[in-house]
Amino acid sequence: MVKTKKTAVINKKLCVGCGCCQAVCPLKAVTVQGGMFAVVNTDLCVGCGKCVKACPACVIKVEVQA
Amino acid sequence: MAQKRWYDYLWIFSALYLVLGFFNILFAWIGLLCFFIPIIISAVFGTKSYCGRYCGRGQLFQLLGGKCGLSRQKEIPAFLRSHWFRYGFLIFFFTMFFNMLYNTYLVFAGAGTLKQVVTLLWTFKLPWNWAYTAAGVAPWVAQFAFGFYSVMLTSTVLGLITMLLFRPRSWCVYCPMGTMTQLICTAKNHKKINL
Ligand code: SF4
Ligand code: SF4
Ligand code: SF4
Repeated sequence: MVKTKKTAVINKKLCVGCGCCQAVCPLKAVTVQGGMFAVVNTDLCVGCGKCVKACPACVIKVEVQA
Repeated sequence: MAQKRWYDYLWIFSALYLVLGFFNILFAWIGLLCFFIPIIISAVFGTKSYCGRYCGRGQLFQLLGGKCGLSRQKEIPAFLRSHWFRYGFLIFFFTMFFNMLYNTYLVFAGAGTLKQVVTLLWTFKLPWNWAYTAAGVAPWVAQFAFGFYSVMLTSTVLGLITMLLFRPRSWCVYCPMGTMTQLICTAKNHKKINL
């Protein structure tokens, strides 16, 4: 069986680093790195999509990863 | 629900700030904190934790747009989050800011007179003389207060509009302080973090 996993993917070029995603993530899977852009820890992320709805710049998508 | 920390209540400070300006314009000076603290945090520590934790304005928009449901929760148009718009707005904002400092200087140098107005959206002049009594402070001190309060009120109004139209913290996408601290952090950290 092929394992699939949903995970948040951030367009870091357009991320404004506001930290809204970080504030809502129940698993602390996303953090703003060095004040530049947010990065998802794919091991922790469960793809719940909370950050997607919270991001004011709309630069997060939940994608299925093989 | 995560436990609330003291800094989760900084929105009260932001709301109070706007209210105090209606009573005495000189309170506007306190707003300089919202200017220097984020710059210091980003320049010294290289993080945007001001935006993530301590910004009362961001919290206020989150509260009004989120909990109070005053936001349409729609996606922001692509041009508003483009680099062109964000950097352009930063430059425009600072041009107007230095213009305000210049007006303060004119009053300081005696070449201009104190204008008791709050200018909204850089255009509309609202008479504001009820919040000022010429007691004990130099005219330029008051002029700066009127100018700075104009900046704060204008950005709040813009933020409220985009909060209503898009997402609660849409202002954070083009907030000049947010853009500037991101630039400072990028200048500081881009070599360290290669992702
Ligand atoms: S909420 Fe969006 S813009 Fe803000 S830090 Fe997270 S990914 Fe970046
Ligand atoms: S999708 Fe859910 S778990 Fe993954 S980063 Fe976003 S909020 Fe966190
Ligand atoms: S982007 Fe501006 S309004 Fe938003 S949290 Fe940062 S400083 Fe505050």
